[in-house]
Amino acid sequence: MTRPEHLTVISGVGQSDIGRRLFRDPLELTLDACVAAIEDAGLTTRDIDGISTYPGAAGEPPGFTGAGAVEVHDALRLELGWWSGGLERPGQLGAVIDACLAVAFGLARHVLCFRSVWEGSAQGSGGRAAVMPGGSSGRSAPRASGFMEWVLPYGAPSAAPWIAMMAQRHFHEFGTTPEQLGQIAVNARRNAALNPKAIYTDPMSLDDYLASRVIATPLRLFDCDVPCDGGTAMIVSHVDTVPDLRKPPIRVEAVGTALRGRPSWDQFDDLTTMALRDAAAQMWSRTDLVPTDVRVAELYDGFSFITMAWLEALGFCGKGEAGPFVEGGHTIARDGVLPLNTHGGQLSAGRLHGFGFLHEACVQLWGEAGERQVPGSPEVGVAGAGGGPLAGSLLLTRSR
Amino acid sequence: MSDAPFRILPRITERNEAFWSSGQDGRLRFQRCGLCRYWIHPHSVLCPQCLGKDLAYEAVSGRAVVHTFTVNHQPWMPVPELPFALAIVELPEQEGLRLTTVIVNCPLDDVAIGMPVQVTFEAHEDENIWIPMFEPIRESQ
Repeated sequence: MTRPEHLTVISGVGQSDIGRRLFRDPLELTLDACVAAIEDAGLTTRDIDGISTYPGAAGEPPGFTGAGAVEVHDALRLELGWWSGGLERPGQLGAVIDACLAVAFGLARHVLCFRSVWEGSAQGSGGRAAVMPGGSSGRSAPRASGFMEWVLPYGAPSAAPWIAMMAQRHFHEFGTTPEQLGQIAVNARRNAALNPKAIYTDPMSLDDYLASRVIATPLRLFDCDVPCDGGTAMIVSHVDTVPDLRKPPIRVEAVGTALRGRPSWDQFDDLTTMALRDAAAQMWSRTDLVPTDVRVAELYDGFSFITMAWLEALGFCGKGEAGPFVEGGHTIARDGVLPLNTHGGQLSAGRLHGFGFLHEACVQLWGEAGERQVPGSPEVGVAGAGGGPLAGSLLLTRSR
Repeated sequence: MSDAPFRILPRITERNEAFWSSGQDGRLRFQRCGLCRYWIHPHSVLCPQCLGKDLAYEAVSGRAVVHTFTVNHQPWMPVPELPFALAIVELPEQEGLRLTTVIVNCPLDDVAIGMPVQVTFEAHEDENIWIPMFEPIRESQ
């Protein structure tokens, strides 16, 4: 029996201008990315019959989303067989995986998937506190509910201290060091220097990293991704449409969406890994490929520690061994055994929130990454997005 | 007016009122299943173990162990003290029964994973809310 994933391909990707603060209409950034992806696939808006987006239309926090499904549907006057937008799903890339489901199910043939942000402009000069409930903008959050009930009274509205506690536990159990963690950020910066759209491109040494101010131990400033403005989009198409496409598409080999543990930042059984453990295991259970087949890995780095957790969960190293795996930075460099976050990740290329990793994996497999193209014409790549109780992953192969 | 420091307080509902007001008598309470005796956190309307609905708040010992922590330096929002030690503590009453909290009355350099702690409360009496926090267990006690 054919695996449903094999009915789906990624036929095109697109990105808007990306910047720290562009002060552009977020709908424009969104549509720039969408139109670029449609054109990259060799399609027109008349071919698009599906939409899937994360997190959908949402007013709060400011800058978190540039447009919802409805705005894009109407702006492009699409005729849809299926559509979806929302936050409650297996991480940001859950939206793309949903698109695969819809295509495999026959509800749509070409699904436009997008994610756009304008967090850079929204924060202005006020920093992260400007968009936090109860933060410096004076935005009122009179009472906390949902998961915030358990963290807001303690002054911890950001995922930074939540992830910091996971990293601390990892350091405690496995002896992981700041110098090891720092390689995730240093590697990202090295790659960003070759990405014309990256936010931070100045060279950064491990010493520079270690000298950056502490946000929440053991996380420093450069362990945290950089808010930006920009949109990313990709088209998920049915494999039967390949003859209509501009170029050989990227094939979806397997996806992972599982969440077996409790869906909670503090009640999950093993805080050193969390949901991505389950998503990664499910993904590998759906393919005959193995971790050593992967030639390029684009793994979420909203905070650097999350990338370490993905490396372990995906089996690129053993549980607890991400520190030694990345130590020195050679293994994960563009010319290393496992080129990692080749565009600079969210740490240096900007917080495009999950979709940037899938975009980069496709670009690398197509051999279109320019100066930052990894050598050896990679045929297998993986994109994983999300941390804490959110995680989704896709294993991709280049069409031969 | 009380002299409680500024905090964003929880939205009080029928389900969580007994948790947040529990510290009034110095005791920490969690929801517990009357049938299978499973401790439930966060609060719910049925027991996830036996699906029973006979839930009531019961006092725990108030002791816990620091499962993990972070010394938070970033001012995300107004807080009484910065930096401060945010922690997840695990209660001895049941494996995996955890609470996110802060460690107080302790030098930040001394906070460590595995450290035994005990509950103390920050009173917001006007709101009938006692925020559970944890401090090192003193040997003399």
